[in-house]
Amino acid sequence: MSDLLAARAQMATSLAFHILFAVVGIAMPVLMVVAEWRWRRTGDAIYLELAKRWSKGTAILFAVGAVSGTVLSFELGLLWPAFMEYAGAIIGMPFSLEGFAFFTEAIFLGIYLYGWTRISPAAHLAAGVLVALSGVASGVFVVIANAWMNAPVGFELVNGRPVNIDPLRAMMTPAALPQTVHMTLAAFSATGMGVAGIHAWLLRREPDAPFHQRALRVALLVGIPATLLQPIVGHWSGQHVAEYQPAKLAAMEAHFETSRMAPLRIGGWPNPDTRSVAASLDIPGGLSFLAFNDPSAEVTGLDRIPREDWPNVRVVHVAFQVMVALGSAMALVALWAAWAMRRGSLVERRRLLTVLGLLAPAGFIAIEAGWVVTEVGRQPWIVQGLVRTADAVTPVPGLIVPFVTFTLLYVLLGIAVTWLLYRQIIRTGPRGEFYGTREFRTMQRPAA
Amino acid sequence: MNNGIDLPDYLAGIMVLALHAYALFGGADFGGGVWDLMASGPRRNAQRELVADAIGPIWEANHVWLILVVVMCFTCFPAAFAAYAIALHIPISLMLVGVVLRGSAFTFRTYDSRRDDVQRRWGLVFSVASLVTPILLGVTLGAALSGAVAAAQTAPDAWGRFVAPWIGPFPWAIGGFVLALFAYLAAVYLTIEAPDEALREDFRRRALVAALAVFALGGVALLMARADAPFLWHGLVETQRAILVHAMAAASAVVAAWALWRRYYEVARLAAVLEVSSIVWGWAWVQWPFFVPPDRTIDDLASPRATLRLVAIGLSVGFCVLVPSFWVLFRIFKRNPRPFGDAEGA
Repeated sequence: MSDLLAARAQMATSLAFHILFAVVGIAMPVLMVVAEWRWRRTGDAIYLELAKRWSKGTAILFAVGAVSGTVLSFELGLLWPAFMEYAGAIIGMPFSLEGFAFFTEAIFLGIYLYGWTRISPAAHLAAGVLVALSGVASGVFVVIANAWMNAPVGFELVNGRPVNIDPLRAMMTPAALPQTVHMTLAAFSATGMGVAGIHAWLLRREPDAPFHQRALRVALLVGIPATLLQPIVGHWSGQHVAEYQPAKLAAMEAHFETSRMAPLRIGGWPNPDTRSVAASLDIPGGLSFLAFNDPSAEVTGLDRIPREDWPNVRVVHVAFQVMVALGSAMALVALWAAWAMRRGSLVERRRLLTVLGLLAPAGFIAIEAGWVVTEVGRQPWIVQGLVRTADAVTPVPGLIVPFVTFTLLYVLLGIAVTWLLYRQIIRTGPRGEFYGTREFRTMQRPAA
Repeated sequence: MNNGIDLPDYLAGIMVLALHAYALFGGADFGGGVWDLMASGPRRNAQRELVADAIGPIWEANHVWLILVVVMCFTCFPAAFAAYAIALHIPISLMLVGVVLRGSAFTFRTYDSRRDDVQRRWGLVFSVASLVTPILLGVTLGAALSGAVAAAQTAPDAWGRFVAPWIGPFPWAIGGFVLALFAYLAAVYLTIEAPDEALREDFRRRALVAALAVFALGGVALLMARADAPFLWHGLVETQRAILVHAMAAASAVVAAWALWRRYYEVARLAAVLEVSSIVWGWAWVQWPFFVPPDRTIDDLASPRATLRLVAIGLSVGFCVLVPSFWVLFRIFKRNPRPFGDAEGA
C-alpha cells in the first residue's frame, strides 16, 4: 500500500466513522427535546423515560463523535499538510465558526445531561433546544468547508498560489447551500428513520408497549418530513454537481460519451476501459432532463475529461446507485408510514413495522455512500481542479501504521458503542412503570 | 523586523489564551484521570467518584479549547500548522489515540453496567489514557518550542525530519512537567470540591506531592533546555523578561504550597491558577515574536489580512456566546461542593 493510499484510507476511515456519530449528534437532540417537551405538556411519564433513554444514547454517541472529530481536525494537517497550507487561510473560517458551535453544543449538552434536577424545567428544555441548534450549526459549517473543496471560490490564482483571499466569498461557494441542506436533511432522515426502525422492530415483539408506540411516533415525526424532502433536495444538489463538477456527474452516472438525450442509467457495472456499462436499465434522455431540465440537453461525458483526471467510475457509480436506491426506498416507506399514522393504524400494521425495522440502517448506509460519491467523485483533486490529492499528502513515511492503528481503534470503539447501546438502552425494556420510582432516579445519577 | 503588536500578534495571543484555558480546565480533567488511576487507601472508591462527578458535566466543553487552538492555527498560521503536523506527526497521532480512549472510556464507564469488573475495565482505560495523553501533549509542545521543528524542515533524512524533533530528552521532560502540572491543578481543585474532610485531606496530600513534582520536573526541563532548546534557555535565563516570569511563577507556587499546608483552599486554588497562568504566558512572552522558533515570526507565517480580520470578528462574536455559556455551565455544576448524591436519588 502506497503512502498516498494509506493516507486516503485513514482519512476515509476517520470520516466514515465520525460521520455516523456527527449525524446522530445533530438529530438526536431534537428527538430528546420533543420527548421532554411532550412530557412537560402531558405529564405522561413514558415521555420522560423516552427523553432520558434517548439522552443517554446521545451522550454516548456525542462523546465518541467529539473525540473522533478532534482526530479529524488534526488529521487535516497530519495527512494533508500541503492542502492546509494552501487552503487554511481560505476555508479556516467555517472551521473556526464550527469550533464555537461545537463549544455551545458541548456546554449545553453537559447542562442537559447532568442538570435534570439542578435547573428549572424551562431552562432544561431550553438547554436541549440550544444543543439541537448548535448541532445543526456545526454540521453546516463543516459541510461548507467541504463544499469549497468541490467548488473553490473566494481568491485569485497568481503563479499557482491563492491571493486576494476573501474567506466570506469562499464560504458562499455555490456548492454550500445544496450540500448543507442535503446533509442536514440526511442527518434528520437517517436518525429519525433509524430510531423509528428500532422501535418498530421492538413493537413487533411487544405490540402493546406504550413506550415503543410513543417512541415510534416521535421518531417518525422527525424522520418522515426529512425523508420526503430529501429526494427533491438531492435532485437540486445533483444539478449543482452537473454545473460545477461535470467529471463527478459523469462518474456518478457512468456517462462515458458526451451526448444529447443522455440516458439515466439505473444500476449497472461500468467498465472504464471499454467505456461501457453492463446490465444497467437506461431511460433515454433521463439524465439530460434531471441535470438540466431538458431531455435534449448536452451532458458532458468522461470523454471530455483527460483520462488521468477521472475519478474511480465504478466506485462512484455504484455508491451513487446505493444512495439513490436507499433514499427512494426510505421515501416510499415514509409515505406509507405517514398514511398509516393519519389512519391511526400505525402499530397494527406488522408488515409496515417489519419494513421500517429492516430499513433502520438504510439512512446511515446512504449517508456513507453519499460521502463516497462526494469525495471519491472529486478525485484526483483535493481542491477541485487546483490541488491534486497526491500533491497534498504528507511526506511522513510508513503511513500504513497510523492507518491500521486508527482503523483498529475505531473498530473496537464501534463494537463497544454498539454493545453499550444494545445492553444499556435498547435491551432495558419498555417498562414505563419502572420510571418515576426511586430506582429510576438513582439510575440517573451519572457516576454514582 | 516589525516589533510592534499587530493583528497577527493578537490572534497568536488568543491562541495562547485558548491553550491557557485548555490547561486550566481540560488539563485538570486529565489530572482527575491521573488521580483516578492513583486512587488508594480506604476512600479509594470515594476518590474515584469525586473525580467522575467533578469532570462529568464539563470535560467535553473543556476539551473544545484544544480544537480551537488547532483550528486557529491552520486558519491564521497555515504554514506553521503544516510544519508542526509534518515534524510532529508521530507524537500528535499517539496523543490523539489517548484523546479518543480517554473520552470514550470515561463516557462508557458512566453509562455502562454498575458491575465492578465492567467499571474497573473502563476506568483503567480512562485513567491510563489520562496519564499518557498529557505527556504526549507536553512532548508535542516541548518539541514545538525547542526550535527543533524549524531545523527538521531542512534535515537530510527521515529520522531527522520526523523523529529527531521530539525524541530527545527535552520534549519528554516537558511531557513530564505538563503531566505534573495537570495532576497538581486537579488535586488543588478537588480539595474544594471534596464533600467531606477526609477526602479533602486525601487531595490536599496529593496536591502537595504534585507541587513538589511540578517544581522538580520544571527544574529538570529548564536545565535540559540549555542543550536542547537554546532559544528557550536564552529567553528564560538571559533576558530581563525572564526575571518577571520566574518571579511570578515562583511566588504563586510558594503561596499555593503555603496555603495548601495551612488549609486555605480557596487561596491555594487562586495561587495554583496564577502559577499555571504565569508559566503559560511567560513561555508565550519569551517566545514572542517567533511562532516557529528560533527564526520564523508570527508576521512571517500569518495568513493574509482579510482572513485575520474576519477571524478576529468571528472570535469576538464567538466569545460573546462562549463566555456567558461557560459561566452558566460552571455556575450550575461548580457553585457548591457537590452533595454526595443527588438529593432526589437518596
